[in-house]
Amino acid sequence: MRNFYKLSRAIIVSALLFVIHLTSSAQTDQDAIMMSKNNLCSGLMYGHSSWTNYWEGTFKRDNPNLGTVSTSMLSVMGNYGINRRLNIIFALPYVQTKATQGTLHGMKGIQDISAWIKWMPIEKDFKKGTVSLYVLGGTSIPTSNYVADFLPLSIGLHSKTLSGRIILDYQRGAFFATGSATYTYRSNVTIDRTSYYTTTLILSNQVQMPDVMGENFRIGYRSNYLIAEAVVSNMTTLSGFDIRKNDMPFLSNKMNATTAGINFKYTLKKLSALAITGGADYTVAGRNVGQSTNLNIGAFYVLDFTHKKKDKK
Amino acid sequence: MKKIITLLAITIITSAIIFIACNKNIIGRTANAPALNPQNLDLNAGTWKTVLLSRPDTFAVAAPAAVTSPAYIAELNEIKGYQKNLTDEQEQNIKYWSAGGVLRWNEIMRDLVAKYNLAAYQNPDGTYPIPNANNPFAYPLFPFANPPYAARAYAYISAAQYDALVACWYYKKLYNRSQPYVVDAGVVAKVPQTTLPSYPSEAAVLAGVTAEMMKLFFPDEIGNIQLKAQDQELSAIMSGAATRSDVVAGEALGRQIAQQFIARGKTDNAGKAVGTQTDWTALETTTIARGEIPWYSLDLPKRPPMLPLFGKVTPFLFDTATVTALRPGPPPATLGDQMKNETNEVYGYVKKPTREYFRIVHFWADGVGTYTPPGHWDAIAAEDFIKKNFSEVRWARNMALLNMSLMDACIVCWNTKYFYFNARPTQLNPAIKTLTGIPNFPSYISGHSTFSGAAAAILGYIIPERANDYYAMAQEASTSRMVGGIHYRSDCAVGLIVGKNVGNYAINRAKVDGADQ
Repeated sequence: MRNFYKLSRAIIVSALLFVIHLTSSAQTDQDAIMMSKNNLCSGLMYGHSSWTNYWEGTFKRDNPNLGTVSTSMLSVMGNYGINRRLNIIFALPYVQTKATQGTLHGMKGIQDISAWIKWMPIEKDFKKGTVSLYVLGGTSIPTSNYVADFLPLSIGLHSKTLSGRIILDYQRGAFFATGSATYTYRSNVTIDRTSYYTTTLILSNQVQMPDVMGENFRIGYRSNYLIAEAVVSNMTTLSGFDIRKNDMPFLSNKMNATTAGINFKYTLKKLSALAITGGADYTVAGRNVGQSTNLNIGAFYVLDFTHKKKDKK
Repeated sequence: MKKIITLLAITIITSAIIFIACNKNIIGRTANAPALNPQNLDLNAGTWKTVLLSRPDTFAVAAPAAVTSPAYIAELNEIKGYQKNLTDEQEQNIKYWSAGGVLRWNEIMRDLVAKYNLAAYQNPDGTYPIPNANNPFAYPLFPFANPPYAARAYAYISAAQYDALVACWYYKKLYNRSQPYVVDAGVVAKVPQTTLPSYPSEAAVLAGVTAEMMKLFFPDEIGNIQLKAQDQELSAIMSGAATRSDVVAGEALGRQIAQQFIARGKTDNAGKAVGTQTDWTALETTTIARGEIPWYSLDLPKRPPMLPLFGKVTPFLFDTATVTALRPGPPPATLGDQMKNETNEVYGYVKKPTREYFRIVHFWADGVGTYTPPGHWDAIAAEDFIKKNFSEVRWARNMALLNMSLMDACIVCWNTKYFYFNARPTQLNPAIKTLTGIPNFPSYISGHSTFSGAAAAILGYIIPERANDYYAMAQEASTSRMVGGIHYRSDCAVGLIVGKNVGNYAINRAKVDGADQ
């Protein structure tokens, strides 16, 4: 059934909670939806994330020298169906940051390109519903030499990543539940300084980046024209250190966050190749991250290359 | 299903290979620095000009026991006992300390400066608590190792190490006791062999003098420092370079010499550098009375200025009257055309900063949570000194010259900053957003420029073939503050000149201290 949803959704792969936290409704790499063979779903998504309070370790505070830190993002995304069991997903965001108070300069630029291979090895119908399993492998690579070591205003962390994810989905009628777990390996990052302090002084311009584990649960309604879901996500940085009191954040901090939110996707009945997506979530708990409120909206269009070939004949 | 299992297996194996291939451990640039193997042992260093000691033998060191005495033979047996069962960790320690005690203690100091270089978090009423030397463990921890504090700590500890090693060399030559590995073929030399006499042990002199000095500067760390001092001494013994009596005599000498520096440190006016509300208000009213716009803190809530009376601290290389003489003329008038032009110039840089601007700004920023600009110059110097095969005493002398220059540069710089109390570019034009944090003290003259001018001058004397490089680095450090939106062109240009003038005092000292004759 699911493969008949012509529209799919794309993604922002960003574990950059301090920088940007835009879990979105359009997350093909997080959901249990596949594009059909030779179909390309592509679109644009705008996201906005902002926070006034943040956690220095476990100490929650605001900072009048930053005011509200906001991140805006415009991302090009795509999802192509090699076949109904194997999809490729990509995204490339442009990111802009700023702080409403204090003197620090905002940043902007094209961030990391990300790509996923999404494979559905198992799809089994039972009497009362369908269970499917997805296995994903993903990577992200910075597309420019942007400044990473300027948190919380950097546009990204400039680490190359490799991710593995397993998604399990259960659908019964129009209702579904999806759970996923992700492990992300993050490469070391080169910064402009020749030394920095973590819990000790490091005499190097290389920063060892801790890996990240993530879990995502969603539950909701899924039909041909409307998807509405509630999502809870958690991100845990597997080592890393806390920001000390009144210190600046750093790339290899232990950045943890739990967010809760809602997403929708609406497919136009008159023009079923076009869909509108939107979502909102809030950081309910965190460590060394901003307590962000995240909003996004997107528009996606499906091109069916199979169909075109037939037309030419 | 078989296909699925095969694919899964391939995926898992590939991931495993990637993980194994990507070892993320980072090795610091000096972690594997080679063991000291000096070209010149500087056997006459006992005659070099000291900083505070009136004579190299101000503190007596008793003659050592003969190498044929039972007591000494027992000490050799202690070494042999260790060497029979050295653990990997002990071997590592020997290797670590063999690169030189001055280098390693300088790195430890830089680590502590970075650790303590955090401004206090505000009180609920918007005031700020001040670290208290008499209650160092209470928040905010003592010290706040900001640039002036750090410059002074590096200078005192380096100068004390230097005086202590001059005394050490004096006694080494006087008593001329051979190294344990020379006396007894059964003792293995785990470090390069030299003919430097072993009594008293230079490693222990450094451990003693530094541990004692650190009590003044980093009271929270006394326990950790003591452990490191013991590590250094034990490594010296285990390496076959020193016996127990070499170490005991060395540590005692080091600790005694430190007392002279601690006594100076307690009366050099640094303790009063924070000032009082009356002082802070006077700075503002005096500036207004002169018809200028006074500096205001750009921190929110507004923070009292950083160490406004540091300019009255007693310098090492010249007297207090010279501080006034070295202070440059005034900055452009805050309401005048030149200041307007310089502010516009800064705005031009930060409006559309290039990636290269960010690189140099961040390379030289040395702000919150770092070892500060003086620490950065120490790092630059240390990495060059490693290549020069200096003796331990020459290392100490060169680090002392550098750090006394940096401290005295800071004194003149702070004296100037609070004499003119000049506003930052962002205060005159709030549209100027900076590429790094704005320090909480007045603009004129640039601290980075003054530090760098002084450091480049003395380092260019110590390693002449690098003089042009150091000058280029100083220029870049200075420029970084302008393109980063922190300073005006005048602050930077004048700062470099003032720094160089301070550095010349160190050069003049170096020319006659006996080390280069």
